[in-house]
Amino acid sequence: MSVPENLSYTKEHEWLSVADGVATVGITAFAAESLGDIVFVQLPAAGDQVTAGEVFGEVESTKSVSELYSPVSGEVVEANETTRDSPEIVNSDPYTEGWLVKVRLTGDVPELLDATAYAAFTQEG
Amino acid sequence: MSKETSLHGVHQDLGALFTDFAGWSMPVRYASELAEHKAVREAVGLFDLSHMAEIHVRGAQAADVLDHALVGNLSGLKPGRARYTMICDAEGGVLDDLVVYRLADEEYLVVANAGNADVVAEALAERVRGFDAVVDNRSEATALIAVQGPKAADVLAAVTDADLAALKYYASVPAVVKGHEVLLARTGYTGEDGFELFVAAAEAPALWGILTEAGEPHGLIPCGLACRDTLRLEAGMPLYGNELSRALNPFAAGLGRVVKFEKPGDFVGRAALEELAKAEVPRVRVGLRGAGRRAPRRGYRLLSEEAEVGEVTSGALSPTLGYPIAMAYVDRAYAEPGTRLSVDIRGKIEPVEVVGLPFYSRA
Repeated sequence: MSVPENLSYTKEHEWLSVADGVATVGITAFAAESLGDIVFVQLPAAGDQVTAGEVFGEVESTKSVSELYSPVSGEVVEANETTRDSPEIVNSDPYTEGWLVKVRLTGDVPELLDATAYAAFTQEG
Repeated sequence: MSKETSLHGVHQDLGALFTDFAGWSMPVRYASELAEHKAVREAVGLFDLSHMAEIHVRGAQAADVLDHALVGNLSGLKPGRARYTMICDAEGGVLDDLVVYRLADEEYLVVANAGNADVVAEALAERVRGFDAVVDNRSEATALIAVQGPKAADVLAAVTDADLAALKYYASVPAVVKGHEVLLARTGYTGEDGFELFVAAAEAPALWGILTEAGEPHGLIPCGLACRDTLRLEAGMPLYGNELSRALNPFAAGLGRVVKFEKPGDFVGRAALEELAKAEVPRVRVGLRGAGRRAPRRGYRLLSEEAEVGEVTSGALSPTLGYPIAMAYVDRAYAEPGTRLSVDIRGKIEPVEVVGLPFYSRA
């Protein structure tokens, strides 16, 4: 399972990259693979506030529904519109084209896992 | 510790993702469940169903004991044919839904759901008392492989001399597949043409390999339980535990046609079922079609105005149709196709329309 070195990770299987005070958030390849084929993604709209640790959206696969927990607090500046018509992009390209939201941070970035720690975490099962 | 089928190692080699199902470690999917679903609709898919229970009933009174034990008319079944039926308790509650194959005048094969294997085996063992017949639970020794899809016959034709053209839907014949003795049945749970092959458990890996190789030119891929569920949902087929339960009787499930009151003799549940057949069923099993892409799922409430009028039992975004479909039980007054209802999808109210079943039937 791919775990890019340049990203940070949560134990809820989200990835995060921060540039210029804006965090890009997605779900990991591990999460996408575990869910199965993703058929629907519900995301907040630009301008919505998200709060660290709280639900900001949902992903549905054929068999299940999973809530998305925001790793950060802030204002959504963009949601990935591509996931509306092509939710499968979250499976095929979770770290680049399949990103979910960009959030302008209002608080601190919480402590996250690096790639090595996340890879170890997923292997603990 | 989950039980494993004799194909478990094969699934591991194929990179299957496993799930616990009725105490069995079963492949939920190999790669993409949508691709697997599509393969069965458009080409052919291969399933391991070895977790299902195979219970043989043999003897001079095999037909009589099954007429007594089940709600169907099994003595009226011709050798070589199969029938969908149910086993009920004395109150008419559904213990399981079954496919029963008549293998010979005095031999039947009862195929039960994995989750109900013990319940069915015990009920049959009890109900056989006083009859000249024996119940032989061969579940452990028997593997079951399904080949499903429009190309299924092409795949089988490449590996067996059995006369497939003569093998009707819901019929079976002993056959040899590249040296392996199987019971070849034209049955399935996907809404497609297809075959189910009963084989000695030890021979299942070899048979799987033979079918995989023969299927390759036809686009055959291995398929897991995830796509089996979306396939059967599209075909409007009930799943025990979702659409069927001991708390429901065949009439409540909209499957009253399987109860054969006209058959001779008493059968377990007859008196209760006769009363239930006269009563008006409060809730009816229906199909639902949703808008958008958000699927109603099991346990979600159905509403008319503000009032709760039913509950979803199975649902998914239909891979074939591209819109959400579901089965549900709704109050009789709301069961007409065309009725507009709402479903509470995790707090969001979405419109659904009652539609006839099945959602999908093959051309």
